[in-house]
Amino acid sequence: MIAPAFIGLAALYLWPFLATFIKSFRRVPVFGPGEFNGVDNYEKLLSDADFWSALGNSARYTAIVLLGIPLAIVFAALIQQVSRGRAIYRVLFFLPVVTLPVAVGMVWRFILNGDFGLLNYVLSLVGLPGEYWVADDRFAVYAFAVVGIWMGLGVNLIILGAGLQNIPTELYEASSLDGANRVRQFFSITLPLLSPSIFFVTILTTISALQMFDLVFIMLGSINNTALSGSKTIVYLFYEAAFVQFKQGYAAAIAIVLLVIIMIVTAIQFRLQKKWVVYD
Amino acid sequence: MNRKSLLSPAIVVVAALLAGCSSGGGTSNSGGPVTITYGIWAGTQTPAMQEIADAFTKENPNITVKIQERPYPEFWSTLQTGAAGGTAPDAFWMLAQQIRPYAVGGQLLDISDAVKNQNVDLANYPRAVLDLYDQGDGKLYGLPKDVDTNAVWYNKALFDKAGVAYPAANWTWADFRETAKKLTDPAAGTWGVAAPLDYQSGYYNSIFQAGGQVISDDGKTSVIDSPEAQAGIKFWTDLQADKSSPTLQQLSDTEAETMFEQGKVAMYVSGAYWALKLYQNKTIQAKVDVAPLPTGVKKATVTSGIENVGYAGTKHPEETKKFLLFASGEQAANIQAKSGAVLPAYKGTEKAWMNAMPEFKNLQTFIDALAYSVPLPVQGNAAEWQGLQAKYLTAAWDGKASVADAAAQYADAIDKVLAENG
Repeated sequence: MIAPAFIGLAALYLWPFLATFIKSFRRVPVFGPGEFNGVDNYEKLLSDADFWSALGNSARYTAIVLLGIPLAIVFAALIQQVSRGRAIYRVLFFLPVVTLPVAVGMVWRFILNGDFGLLNYVLSLVGLPGEYWVADDRFAVYAFAVVGIWMGLGVNLIILGAGLQNIPTELYEASSLDGANRVRQFFSITLPLLSPSIFFVTILTTISALQMFDLVFIMLGSINNTALSGSKTIVYLFYEAAFVQFKQGYAAAIAIVLLVIIMIVTAIQFRLQKKWVVYD
Repeated sequence: MNRKSLLSPAIVVVAALLAGCSSGGGTSNSGGPVTITYGIWAGTQTPAMQEIADAFTKENPNITVKIQERPYPEFWSTLQTGAAGGTAPDAFWMLAQQIRPYAVGGQLLDISDAVKNQNVDLANYPRAVLDLYDQGDGKLYGLPKDVDTNAVWYNKALFDKAGVAYPAANWTWADFRETAKKLTDPAAGTWGVAAPLDYQSGYYNSIFQAGGQVISDDGKTSVIDSPEAQAGIKFWTDLQADKSSPTLQQLSDTEAETMFEQGKVAMYVSGAYWALKLYQNKTIQAKVDVAPLPTGVKKATVTSGIENVGYAGTKHPEETKKFLLFASGEQAANIQAKSGAVLPAYKGTEKAWMNAMPEFKNLQTFIDALAYSVPLPVQGNAAEWQGLQAKYLTAAWDGKASVADAAAQYADAIDKVLAENG
C-alpha cells in the first residue's frame, strides 16, 4: 500500500539527496557531471572564513528565533482564556504565515530603513538614535530574527493551541479546589502537559531557522548591501556558491554539512527531551 | 489488491511527470504550429518584447512566442537549473558577464549557420558588444539586442537651487568633485551625487578614464591595484570622503536610482536604460537632464548590452534561430526604440529611441559615448569575481581602509577566481 508514496519519496527526495551527496565529492564548475575530487570541497569549506562566519550567523539567528517559543506559549495561553472571538486572534497571528516571505521582507525593509523607516521614526519620538538596521552587520542578523519570530508565531500558536485544548479541564477544576492560583496552574499543569507540543514546535523552529534563506535574501536587497558580508546565513552561502559562482560541487558540500548539523542538533534535542518532556 | 497492481499506476504517474518536465510541447517537424518560449527579466521592457513576439508571429503564423518574465536574481537561478534540467526557455536574454559558464557548458545554440544563410550583416551591431560575447571558439551564440553606455543623469532643479551651473560637455574630474560638493546641502538632506559601490555604472568607468584596466590584456590576472586603477577607485572614495554622497549604508537601504528619483541626490552616474523610468516619473521628468561622464586622463565609458541567445536543448532549434535573428533585427530594434525601453543595438535605430522621449533633449550623449567606449571587463567567471567587490572594496568607500590595500586584496581575490576557471 505504501508503494506509491515510496516511489514519490524516492523520485523527489532520495534521488536528489544522493545526487547532491555524490556532487559534494566532485568538482562541478559548470554544466555536466564534473570530475571526482575527493574531499577537496569539504576541506576548502572548513578552511573558508566565510563558512564559519555564516555558521555563526545562522546559530545566532536560530538562538533568537527560539526565544519566540516562550512568547508563543504565553500568547497561546492568553488566547485560550479568551471566550469569544478566539478565531479572530488566531487568524490575525496566522496572517504573516500565509503571506509571501518576499512581501514580508519588503515591508520590513521599509520599516527598518535607516533614513525613512517607521522604527527609527518611533525611536526618535522617544529620543533614541536610529540605526541602519538591515545595512549594518552589527544589527542585521537580529533584525532578521525578530522578523523570523513574527513570521513563525502563527504556526506555533496553532500547534500549541491544539496542545492546550487537549489538557482536560478537570485538572484545572480539581487544582483550584485545592487552592492553586492561575500562575501555579500554568507551571504545574499547563507547561508539563503542553511539553510534547513545545518539544515539537522547538524541533520545527530549529530546523527552519537553520535553513533560513528567503527572508534574508529579500531583506538584504542587493549583493552590494554593506551588511551582506557579515550577515550571510549558511543557505545564503549555498545560494552564492551554486547560483552566482557556479560551484555546484562546493554548494553540494555546504548542503551536506548543513544536513549533518541539523541531524546532530535534532538528535541532541531528542536526547534532552527525556529530561523535560512529559508523556502521560 | 496485490502489490503489482498498485505499483504500475504509480510508475505511469511518475513517468508522466518526468515526461512532462522535459517536453516543450509540439513536435520538431516544421509546418505544424510551434510555441517557443522567450525568457527575459526587465518588467519595463515586457510590453516591447510582447510586441516583438507578436510581430514575429505575424510573419511566421505557425510559430507562437511566449514571454517568460522573471525578476532579475531569480532569472539566473531558474535559467541555470532549467538549462541543467532541460527546461530552459528556447530563447532568452544573456549578459556578457554570465555567458561563459553557459557557453563552456555547451548550453547555448550556435546560430552562425543561420546568420550566414540569412546574410545578417554583423556590421550593423556595435563591435564592442559582439566582442564581449565572443568566446573564441569560432561559434556565434547570439546577436546584440541593446547597447548601453554611461553618462551623468542630473536634477536641474537641485542645480538651480544651489546656484550651480549645469555640467559642461568637457568637464573634468575636478569639476565633477567640486560640483558635487557645492550641490550637497546637509540641512535640506540632499547630496550632490550618489557614489555607490557599482562596477558597470561606477568605478570601472573612472578606472578606464584614469588610463587603468580591471583585468590584464591576457585576461589572466587583475590589474585593479595598479596606480591608474587606484586613481579611478579614488575618484569615488573621494566623493564619499567629501560627504558629497550618501554613505554605502544609506545606499543599501535606499538604492541610488530611487534616491535620484526622490530628488535626494542631484547627480547619478548610470546607463541609458534608466531613461524610460525617469521619463515616466512625471514628478521628476521636467527636471531631468543628462551630461557626459567627466574626463579623467581621457574620456571613457564601459559599454555592454544584452544579447538574444538560444538554448542548445531546445526542441525547435530552427524556429528558435529564426526568432533570435528577428528579435535582434531591424524591425524589432525599431519596436524597442519606439517604446523607449532601451537603446537598441541595431545601427540606425537610435533616432527612433530619442524621439520616443522628446522632452529629454540630450539623449544623444549616450550615443556619442559609443565613440570612446570600452568593453565591460568580463574575463573568466565574471559574475563570481564581480560579486566579491562588496567584500573587499566596502572598507575603502567607508574610509576604513586605504584604496591601495583594498584594491590589492581584491586583485588577489580576482586572480584566484581567474586561475580556478582558467
